[in-house]
Amino acid sequence: MAEEKDRDIVLLSHGDGGLLTHQLLRDFFLRYFKNDLLDSLTDAAVFSSEPGRMAISTDAFVVDPVFFPGGDIGKLAVCGTINDLAVSGAQPLYLTASFIIEEGFSFADLEKIIASMARTCRDAGVQIIAGDTKVVGRGQADKVYITTTGVGYLLPGANLGYQRLEPGDKVLVNGCLGNHGLSILLQREALGLDSQVVSDCAPLSIIITEMLKRFKGIKLMRDLTRGGLATNAKEIAMSAGVDFWLDEAALPVEDNVKGITELLGLDPLYLANEGKFLVVVAAGEADELLRYLRQDLSAEYACRIGDIQAGKGNVYLRTALGGARQLNMMAGAPLPRIC
Amino acid sequence: MCLGIPGKVVEVNRSESWAVVESFGVRKKVDIALIDEDLVPGDYLMVHAGYAIGKIDLEDAQISLELWEEILHAE
Amino acid sequence: MLNKLRDPELGKRILAKLVPLAQEVAGHLGRPAIFMEVCGTHTMAIARSGLRSLLAGSLELRSGPGCPVCVTSQGDIDRVIALAAARHDLVIGTFGDMMRVPGTNSSLEQERARGARVEIFYSPAEAVTFAAGHPQDEVVFLGVGFETTAPAVALSVAAASSRGLENYAVLSFHKTVPLVLENLLSDPELKIDGLLLPGHVCTVTGRRAFDFVATKYNVPAVVAGFEPVDLMKAVYLLLKQVAGGRAETVNGYPRLVREEGNNKAKEIMREYFEPVNVQWRGFGEVPQSGLALRDSFSFYDAAVRFPVDVAESPPPRGCACGDVLKGKIVSSDCPLFARKCTPLQPVGPCMVSTEGACAAYYQYEWPKAEV
Repeated sequence: MAEEKDRDIVLLSHGDGGLLTHQLLRDFFLRYFKNDLLDSLTDAAVFSSEPGRMAISTDAFVVDPVFFPGGDIGKLAVCGTINDLAVSGAQPLYLTASFIIEEGFSFADLEKIIASMARTCRDAGVQIIAGDTKVVGRGQADKVYITTTGVGYLLPGANLGYQRLEPGDKVLVNGCLGNHGLSILLQREALGLDSQVVSDCAPLSIIITEMLKRFKGIKLMRDLTRGGLATNAKEIAMSAGVDFWLDEAALPVEDNVKGITELLGLDPLYLANEGKFLVVVAAGEADELLRYLRQDLSAEYACRIGDIQAGKGNVYLRTALGGARQLNMMAGAPLPRIC
Repeated sequence: MCLGIPGKVVEVNRSESWAVVESFGVRKKVDIALIDEDLVPGDYLMVHAGYAIGKIDLEDAQISLELWEEILHAE
Repeated sequence: MLNKLRDPELGKRILAKLVPLAQEVAGHLGRPAIFMEVCGTHTMAIARSGLRSLLAGSLELRSGPGCPVCVTSQGDIDRVIALAAARHDLVIGTFGDMMRVPGTNSSLEQERARGARVEIFYSPAEAVTFAAGHPQDEVVFLGVGFETTAPAVALSVAAASSRGLENYAVLSFHKTVPLVLENLLSDPELKIDGLLLPGHVCTVTGRRAFDFVATKYNVPAVVAGFEPVDLMKAVYLLLKQVAGGRAETVNGYPRLVREEGNNKAKEIMREYFEPVNVQWRGFGEVPQSGLALRDSFSFYDAAVRFPVDVAESPPPRGCACGDVLKGKIVSSDCPLFARKCTPLQPVGPCMVSTEGACAAYYQYEWPKAEV
């Protein structure tokens, strides 16, 4: 694109509810998110529900940069919310999406983001059935923010809760840790590394739904987003009043993530993931669940990383040397250090 | 203090005072102004805050490991 | 071969030799031997490998003044925060380590939220590149660190000068290690049986610069590397000295540390910096142990170009960072530890820097007996 003409960028008028707003809806949102409920363009989407319990979750996404290796803010906004539903034992059905767009944002980028959201929704079997768009002046927001809300049915057999955890339960993760957080950090800081870390951003609802249908011994799940494995394990341990004992040697981390975190003085156990979950499962089903996960391409690096013991809310890591250390909650976002 | 990362030299440019080193599969350009010794690909450097601070003597590392083997087998 | 130094199996075999020796020495002394490391990266490596827990009861490992963030005085921290607060037209460049260090009333992170411009750099070279790419901005790089880091910062001044950049300056809080160790070792209250010397500082200074530890103060010392096997080797060599009643400064990191150190790095440091008296947290003023840019480089000296008047303030009330840094107490003995002072709400700098003695202790080792 040699020069940006006015019609190539989002203007304040695209958010004023007039003709340009309608064009924006028609040319982008309705075109990509197409479904009957959205197409009705009423003030509210109306859908019928079956009897049973439902789950709802909402999340705002402000990631900078909006495009990163392995994803973009749109894909993230879809995955983040449906993953929250999935680890709660719900099968996600519908999403709403609200956009706050900075005046001057390019339509080309907006289209890429919306197309990516549509693709991710298709992969995960969910629909975006309501939405909103606001445009704010330059500098009042940074490029684009997206808030998604998702609803889903709780799977009839799923019975997840802190109170079910007991000594002897096994702890599994569905793959390598730390990719998303490191990928974003490397995009933000110019560190001169010629290595690309790809975000693990992915929808987890299909694999989790299948797992929950097959394995009644699954007691708790958690997606390992902000704060990484360490912070999330600590939160679970404290809420459930048990101790986690994790094995350093068993924790799956990609070689380049290991290398770069070492280089920057970071700990991959505290970096965010966007396609990883921790699952606590009854000991008797652990091996079978691990086999089940590993035959799925998206979870071929799943690992059993430790177990639950009676305790008071601590997370211990057995070091490779045979020592033990504690993992606590993350204190402030990870920063590269030299000391 | 001082986080140091060992890296294997893969490329040297003396006139511009940099080398590309590989650590744990990650490549990074580092400043070699502090290194007086000859550098060739395959050498190992210790890198701190983007600057190589010393050349690693692999022979010494080997001796150190052998010494341990001796200690461990003694007694 | 360097991977072999991380081999947990080798580590476990060494440990099996190390523990009985430590117990034997503890038997002779009538208490566990106390060794001190003076390097934040050692603090971290010990904590992360779980070494302290493996030696508990037979050997005590303490952290001394080895984290440059932790030993920076309250006044110096206040000074850079005041500069960031007063001059939103400057870009303050810093290693990530300094971002959350609490000053008397604020931190760089808080000042950034109030509108100060603070950029994190992994290398001073990147700060120079940033300055070159932003000619309208005035970049002040915060020089924190010991002999390992000071040459790199000196070279950044050299690079700015050779590129003709007029918008790059350094605020030097650099310090040198041998003189503070003299100060530490001459404290009659100090009871330590051996020193683990910082391997990367010694890479620059050379082993010989620390001969005085053994010759003048009769304390055994070993230059230590950073892999678990390196650390255990250094502890082993210290225990051997204590057991044999000897005190020498031994090079336990010969693959990197030479007798004379890195002469090129020492030259560059001398060319750009001169020794000055400087305040250390917990130690007060230690004569000639600071590094200030020489007069001939005053154009690149932020202390000259952007002076800030800040009085040296006392450390926060109740904060025992000073005693922790002197090895008189362990972190959990401080009345604020884990109560008023946590990584989220740090009172003293030892809790802020991830390599700070208290932060490493909190993050990796506490609470064993608590809760």
